[in-house]
Formats: sequence, structure tokens, C-alpha cells
Amino acid sequence: MAAPMLRWCCPGRRFAFARVGCGSCHRRGPPTGSTSNGKRGQSSVAQQPHITAQKPRKGEPEWAAVVGLEIHAQIASNSKLFSGSQVCFAAPPNSLVSFFDASLPGTLPVLNRRCVEAAVMTGLALDCHINRKSLFDRKHYFYADLPAGYQITQQRLPIAVNGSLAYSVYVGRKPSQMVTRTVRVKQIQLEQDSGKSLHDDLRSQTLIDLNRAGIGLLELVLEPDMSCGEEAATAVRELQLILQALGTSQANMAEGQLRVDANISVHRPGEPLGIRTEVKNLNSARFLAKAIDYEIQRQINELENGGEILNETRSFDFKLGCTVPMRDKEGKQDYRFMPEPNLPPLLLYDSGSLPSSADPQQVINIDQLRERLPELPRVTRQRLVQQYGMLPEHSCVLLNEVGLLEFFQNVIKETRAEPKKVTSWVLNTFLGFLKQQNLAVSESPVTPSALAELLDLLDRKAISAPAAKQVFEELWRNEGKTPAQIVAEKKLELLQDPEALEQLCRSTLEAHPDVVMDLKRGNPRAINKLIGLVRKATLGRADPTAIKEVLERQLSS
Amino acid sequence: MLGRTLREVSVALKQGQITPTELCQRCLSLIKKTKFLNAYITVSEEVALKQAEESEKRYKKGHSLGDLDGIPIAVKDNFSTSGIETTCASNMLKGYVPPYNATVVQKLLDQGALLMGKTNLDEFAMGSGSTDGIFGPVKNPWSYSKQYREKRKQNSHSENEDSNWLITGGSSGGSAAAVSAFTCFANCESSNLILWLKRTWALGSDTGGSTRNPAAHCGVVGLKPSYGLVSRHGLIPLVNSMDVPGILTRCVDDAATVLGVLAGHDPKDSTTIQDPVKPFTLPSLTDVSKLCIGIPKEYLTPELSSEVQSLWSKAANLFESEGAKVTEVSLPHTSYSIVCYHVLCTSEVASNMARFDGLEYGHRCDSDVSTEAMYAATRREGFNDVVRGRILSGNFFLLKENYENYFVKAQKVRRLIANDFVNVFNSGVDVLLTPTTLSEAVPYTEFIKEDNRTRSAQDDIFTQAVNMAGLPAVSVPVALSSQGLPIGLQFIGRAFCDQQLLIVAKWFEKQVQFPVIQLQELMDDCSSVFENEKLASVSLK
Repeated sequence: MAAPMLRWCCPGRRFAFARVGCGSCHRRGPPTGSTSNGKRGQSSVAQQPHITAQKPRKGEPEWAAVVGLEIHAQIASNSKLFSGSQVCFAAPPNSLVSFFDASLPGTLPVLNRRCVEAAVMTGLALDCHINRKSLFDRKHYFYADLPAGYQITQQRLPIAVNGSLAYSVYVGRKPSQMVTRTVRVKQIQLEQDSGKSLHDDLRSQTLIDLNRAGIGLLELVLEPDMSCGEEAATAVRELQLILQALGTSQANMAEGQLRVDANISVHRPGEPLGIRTEVKNLNSARFLAKAIDYEIQRQINELENGGEILNETRSFDFKLGCTVPMRDKEGKQDYRFMPEPNLPPLLLYDSGSLPSSADPQQVINIDQLRERLPELPRVTRQRLVQQYGMLPEHSCVLLNEVGLLEFFQNVIKETRAEPKKVTSWVLNTFLGFLKQQNLAVSESPVTPSALAELLDLLDRKAISAPAAKQVFEELWRNEGKTPAQIVAEKKLELLQDPEALEQLCRSTLEAHPDVVMDLKRGNPRAINKLIGLVRKATLGRADPTAIKEVLERQLSS
Repeated sequence: MLGRTLREVSVALKQGQITPTELCQRCLSLIKKTKFLNAYITVSEEVALKQAEESEKRYKKGHSLGDLDGIPIAVKDNFSTSGIETTCASNMLKGYVPPYNATVVQKLLDQGALLMGKTNLDEFAMGSGSTDGIFGPVKNPWSYSKQYREKRKQNSHSENEDSNWLITGGSSGGSAAAVSAFTCFANCESSNLILWLKRTWALGSDTGGSTRNPAAHCGVVGLKPSYGLVSRHGLIPLVNSMDVPGILTRCVDDAATVLGVLAGHDPKDSTTIQDPVKPFTLPSLTDVSKLCIGIPKEYLTPELSSEVQSLWSKAANLFESEGAKVTEVSLPHTSYSIVCYHVLCTSEVASNMARFDGLEYGHRCDSDVSTEAMYAATRREGFNDVVRGRILSGNFFLLKENYENYFVKAQKVRRLIANDFVNVFNSGVDVLLTPTTLSEAVPYTEFIKEDNRTRSAQDDIFTQAVNMAGLPAVSVPVALSSQGLPIGLQFIGRAFCDQQLLIVAKWFEKQVQFPVIQLQELMDDCSSVFENEKLASVSLK
């Protein structure tokens, strides 16, 4: 049972959670003395989010929350950062471990080119300054899943610095009210992942799996420019999309390829920043938002009740929906950083500085990587809006669902239907079915081609919109039939013969004189009943608009 | 002349005058006879015999792999050897069998060399005496030489002879003793053996003087190549930024041959040079008149023994009399080298030793109270006081509050020391000539009067700045002291000018004609000592 935990976080009192809004906000400006280029200058004067405690005391200013993030993204590469071991999720324990990964004495790190390229591309995509020279350091701590007793990272001089990440958040209730916010990217550094400890409490054993040990990570430090869970979660989501577009990380949070730690503090506007806590190991965007909002509120309540905030590390208990302090094993850690002596400085070049004698296999040209950058999510969304006339929020949905954009584009390629129609079908019908059954796009029983064919039938007016829905349902059952086959089998094609429709309308009017009377007495809704009756007679194959036309003509004649 | 010897070795093997297996067996028997020297930790008899067999097949087919095919080698026990225990003379790695070969070991095996075994050292190469390993101290073969014994009789010390043996210096003392002792037997054995035993050599490692120091004490050539010229992959590190595999041989030519095989880029060691290295062959220098020899004045310290000092100036005079320009130079930051080294070395040691936690390999304590308790007990049991002391100091220097004041400052001083050398070489000096050690080897009983740290600080005084600067240096045996013990002098070259350095060393070696160790008596003694050891072990049971 979780009761003892609950008692810890609220002894005898209840939190009434204020909805943490991001409408009018306050935020910390860039630290003094930092280089402030145009872009970042803009970001710092952007809308200032505010946290509103539920009951601000009279005369006291409201609370403002400050949230910064440390994000670890596992680099999508075939082999590890400093060794030749394969990188693969969910392989049998300790099956992907080289001598170096197990820290056998005498082994040396050899830097993986692919990981450096991934870091540079990510840096470029986030408008970072790419350091032409960066250094590796050792960060020491004893932990069972850190075989060497230190992690190789880039503490002193990271590969990329001073970037920014723009993301859009909804303000107010209408979905169309989107505002772009920017968070500064302090730095991106290359570092090694650790192994995994599996604690067997029953036998009081810890088992170590080193498959993950040594995989390349990008550590991205986002400045405390956010002020609530939603902002943080949205920024992370945007980053995830960028990494996936670049192919530098699969960034799947459930598989641990994207891990987020949040630094959170609250203070009264105009006063110095409060003491911050760190909430670790947030493995989904939803929990990230929840954990941050919980922690902000906890700190506010703590302070308002005369308590104080400890500079501590906390974890989020997703079952209870609250943060709890992590047992601090060794008190304050001194990582005893030291330059990694086995790796020379990492030098990067651009087309101007590239030494003419350089072996292309041995050097990395930043300009070449810049040319290889794919379309970034923000640009993709703008293109979708311009090219297909869709609403910005629709473009967001298309990108946010893994594989949905590709699905959409494949449908567009194969159908003659209007893009707006396609958008509507993909976002409403198709996505609706997926959500209902909790499926990913890749698991969909309906292929883009099938949907394209269906939309073609609709576009040619071969079937009615309701019939199309019926065909889609049939397709979803996935019995291997094409839309055309289904239409033929179920006799769903629109009644194309005007003579036959005339006939059906006439017989319907004759069969229901009461309804006709009703209509003639002035009940406008009676016509709908007649339309319904004719549709029934056509087995749904006639277009309601056409029926209405015929009926009205016949009634007036 | 030595070139002819090389050819003769190949010819002898090719003509079947001696087979690799015979060489190997004789070598193994010598190792057994000299067991009391404690030069070897592990003798890889089976491996060596198997390699010899394969080498023999190659020779029979006329497909020898080159100059090193069939030649016995020994490797310091801090180089990883696949399938052969590698201990670093520490409890921590007792029983540890690496699954891979160090690059240098692999290169030698690829050339057909026969791996006789792993040689003794100070625990994790931390020391200057080869006295502080768990397998006990290494004895200097010169303790048993005719030259030394006769002088001692003259000086009529009445002490017990056996208890007064000398240290080898360190930390590669086992390798130095192995090279030195094998040669002794060559003098007693058949002429064929001279050929190959002249070619016997061993791999050491050199971080602060670990190769050159015992080379000087044992009367052999000790080469520390330029940092980055030879791969460190598989060498269990002491100080990554200064470690270099060292080469111990009987003559400079042999050192050059081995360096030629070992040098070059290793994809597994990112700090090795990218440029291809051509095999080394040393031309014989006939004219030194274009040479400029630098004599660093800071190396004339009060602690320097008068004998070494006089040999040093004789050597300088020799160069001068042969037409070389000999000039006094200044390396002003030399005196800071020891303390600077202490900070950098211990810091890297603290870091490098962090991996020995008992989890993946090596010693693990019995305690299973908690992971932390297991770490503590494992490391307490696994490391000796010297190693633990250095870990403690290193961690202190790396603490956030101390880092700037110690580590960063030491790095700055290191840069100054390196620049001293750059300045001197830029001024036109080709090589520097210095002593290797303060004096000749001292008796063990004398040596242990000071602790490891004091000794390391004293003994590395001439050798260590070179490691700071990453330069090549070679210790060449010059003459015997009044006590009949070898004294070496050191040549220091420009970075990556190892070949030029060796050419000068070879010329010098030829001029001084260092005497061969005479171990006639040892032959008898060693067999008796050997017998005694046998008795002792029997009586223990």
C-alpha cells in the first residue's frame, strides 16, 4: 500500500491544487553577463508566464515558478560512444558488452564518429554555436552500474552551446490561440550512458546489466525559462520531434531513449529565485507535466505554511501522482572532475578551416552536416499549413502522432480528394479509430492506399459520406478487401440513375400521405423524415441533397 | 658490428644451428635457475613452447616472420596478455586473466616472438625499487656478479652476503633483471646462446622513469619512446598522460629493432600518432662534429653521487673531444617537476583505480552487507598502502575546492616544464645528456629505510620531467662504479625524433664499451640458492 508515502507528503493537510495556468506568466531573464544575441533577446522578453497559487494572500504578490530541464537523449547509432558494441534495445542482459564497456583495465576509449555527427546536427538544429574544439572529462562516482567508476562527459567545454528551442503552447480555451515560446539551450554535451541496476529485494541482490553502459548520450541543458509543467512537456515534445526528424535519437521516452530531470523553484516576482529541487527520472511527457505542477504547488504550500524548501533530489511517484525525496546515498557528491587523458581534444572543421591534407574519414565538416539537415518540424508544420490550407493546430496533431504525417502524405500522394478532406479523414476518422483502440499508426489495419482509394470513391461521388464511413469500418476489420470490393458487396454505390431515384421518391410520397399532409400544414421538419425514408429505401446509397431536391420538385408539382 | 650479429641470429636460426624450441627450453631453464631473483611473476612455459614449435615450423619451411621470429621475450606484468594472468603485482588483480592482448604484445606475437612470461614490478608500477609488489622484491643480478663481489671483498664488509643483495630500481625491475640475468648465462654457455641472448629483451613501462631507472641499475639499455609513438592499449595505466611502453635490451640496436615493430598508430589508442612510422634502422654515426649536446645545469644536484657526476662530465668531454658541440643549457622549472608529478600522478591514479571495485573482475571481498561495504573492503584488501595513499591524495587534489589550486596549477607547471625542453631544443641542441640515477643500485636493506614516496621522489629526479614533456629518452650503461656496479647516463631527444636519439646513443654505446656482467659465481650460487629454496619449500610443508 502506498499510504505511508502519502503521509509523508501531506501530514494532516490537503493540497488543493490550483490549475497551473500559463496565461500570464513571469519568468527569469537571461543571467547577466551572458551573451545575448538577437534571438535570445527576443525570447527573454517574450510573454512572462505566471503561476497563481490558489489563494494569494492579500497584499502579497503571487508566486512565480521557474523550471529548467536536463534532458538525456540516447543517440541513435549502431555502436556505442567509445566502443564497438552494438546498440540495441531489450537485448539479453550483458550480451552487448565490449571489454571497454566492462572497464577491463588497459582498454581505451575510441570516439564514435556517428555520435559526434549526431551532436553537431542536433546543435545546428537548435541554433547552437558549435565549438570547434571541445573536451572530454571524467566525472567520478561509485555506482554498481558505472563500471569504470567514472563517466566520460563534457563538463568544461561541451560540443555545442547557446542555442534555443521554440515551441508552441495553447493559451486560453480556443485551440487556435497558440503562442510560440522559446527556451534557451545552454549546452549540448556528449557523454556515456550507465548500465542498469536491477534490484532483487527478495534476495537483497543487485543485478547489473551493462548493455546500456557506454551508449552515447546527448545531454541537453535547457535554461530555466519555463514556468509550468505544460510548458516543459511541450518543449520536450518539440525537442523529441526535432531529434526524430534529425534521426539523431529515437527519443522514445518509454524505452528510456529520452530521460528528463527537472529543476524547479518558486519565488515571489521581484525577489531572488527560490531554492530549487530536482525531480529525476521522468519517463513520459504526461508525468513530466504532472510532476512539475505537483512540485510547484508543493513548494508554494510549503512556503506559505512557513516551511522551507530543501535543495534535494526527488522522484515522481506516478501511482500517487506526487514527488517524494530520493534517499540521498552519499550526501552531497563531489564528482572530482578531471580531464579525460585518453582522448585528445575533439576538433571540428568547416569548409573554410578544413585542412587540405585531411583524410575525410578523420575529420568532421560542420558545413557538410548543415547541408544534410532535414526539414525541421516547425518548417514542416508551416509547409502543411501553406500547402494544404490546414489549421496550425491540425499540423501540430499530424506531427505529434508518430507516423501520422507520413501516413497523411502517402494518402495525399495517392488520392485525388481535396487535402482538406484528407486532413479531416485522417485526423478525425482514422486517428479516432486508432485512439479508441489504443493503436499506433504503424499498427493500423487500414493502409494509406486503402484510405486513398476510399476517398477517391467519395470524391467521385460514387458513394455517400455515410457509406464511406461504413466502408471505413469494414476496412478496419481488415479482411483483405479493397474499398471497391466492399462497396460492391454491400451495394453501397450511390444511386446514379435519376429515373430510379424519381421512382423511389414518388412511391415514398404515395406510401406516406400523413407525412406529406404534415409538411403541407407547415411543419418544415417533415421533409427530413421523408428524406430519411427515401434513404432507407435506397439502402443509404443516395445523396441526401439530391433526394431533397427531387422530393421538393415532386411536392411542388 | 651489431648489425652483423642480427644477421647471424637469423642465419643461425635459418641454418638450423639452433632451433626456436631449443632456444626456448634453454631460456626456460635459465628462468628456473634464476628464480631467486624474483624477476618473473608468471612463467608462461606452455605458451612459449607452443609458440616455439610454430616458429620452428616456419623456419623449416623457410617462412620466418622476420628478425623477431623465435626470439624469447618477457613482458612486464601490467601489460594485458590474453589467457595469461596479469596481476600488476597486486592482490586486486591476482587471478585476473585478460581476454585480450595489449597492442604491443600482439605486435610482438605477430612477429613470431616467444612470450616467456610476465615480469615483476611495484604494485601497479607505483615505485622506484621493484620492492613493493605482493610477490616480493626483485633482486639485482649484479648483486651476484663477479665484478661486484670482488670489490666487496676488497672493501671487506663483513655483512652476510646473501642479505645484502641490491635492488633493481623500478618499477620495471623484473624486466631489467630478466634482460640482465639472461645475458650473464650467455657468457657461460655456448656461443650460439650469445647470439640469441644478446637479442633477449623485455617490455617495461615508463611513467616517471620506470624503464630507465632499473635499466641503469641493471646495466642494460632502457628506452622510453616519445609519448604517442607506441600504443598504450592493454597497458594497465598508472598515469595515462605519461605512460609509455618502455623497451629494455642489451644494446641500442636491439631497442631500435623492437621500437620499429612497436611504433605507429593504433586505432585502439586515440593518443597515438596518425602518421605512418617506418621501420627503424640505425646507421652507425662516424662523425659527431655536427651534433650539439646540451648539459642541463639544473641536473647537477647536491644529491648526485660524485662517481655519477664524474662519469657524466667524462661523457660530455668524450663528445667534445670527438668534435661535438657541448653546451650548458638551462631547464629552469626542473625542480618543480617532482611535486608537480606527485599531484598529476596521484590524481590520475585515483581516477584509474576507481574501476577496481570487485564487481566485474579481480578481487572481491566476502562481505555482502551492502554494495558500499563491499567496495570498501575489496579495495582495502586489494591495494597496498602505497596505492591507497596515492588514491587518497589524488582524490584530495581533485576535490572541487582543491582542483584549481592543485591540479590546474600542476598542469600549468607541467606546461612550463615541457616548454623548457622546447626552448632548449629550439636553441639548436640536438640531444640532452644527463645522469639517469643519483647513484648506483643500493642494497635492499638500505633502500627500505625510506618509504616508497620518498624514494620515488628521489629516484625519478632525472627521468620524470621527460615524461611530463612526452619526450623520448634512453638510458645507456656507461661504466662500473668503484663498487663494481653499473651506472647509466640518459639521452633525451626531441619529440618523435626517437631515431635520431638512438643514433647518438648507439655511437656513445660503442665508445664506452660497457663491460659484460660476469656471473660465473652466480652459476654456482644460483644453483645452490635454487636448491636452498627447494629445501625451504619442502620444509614448509
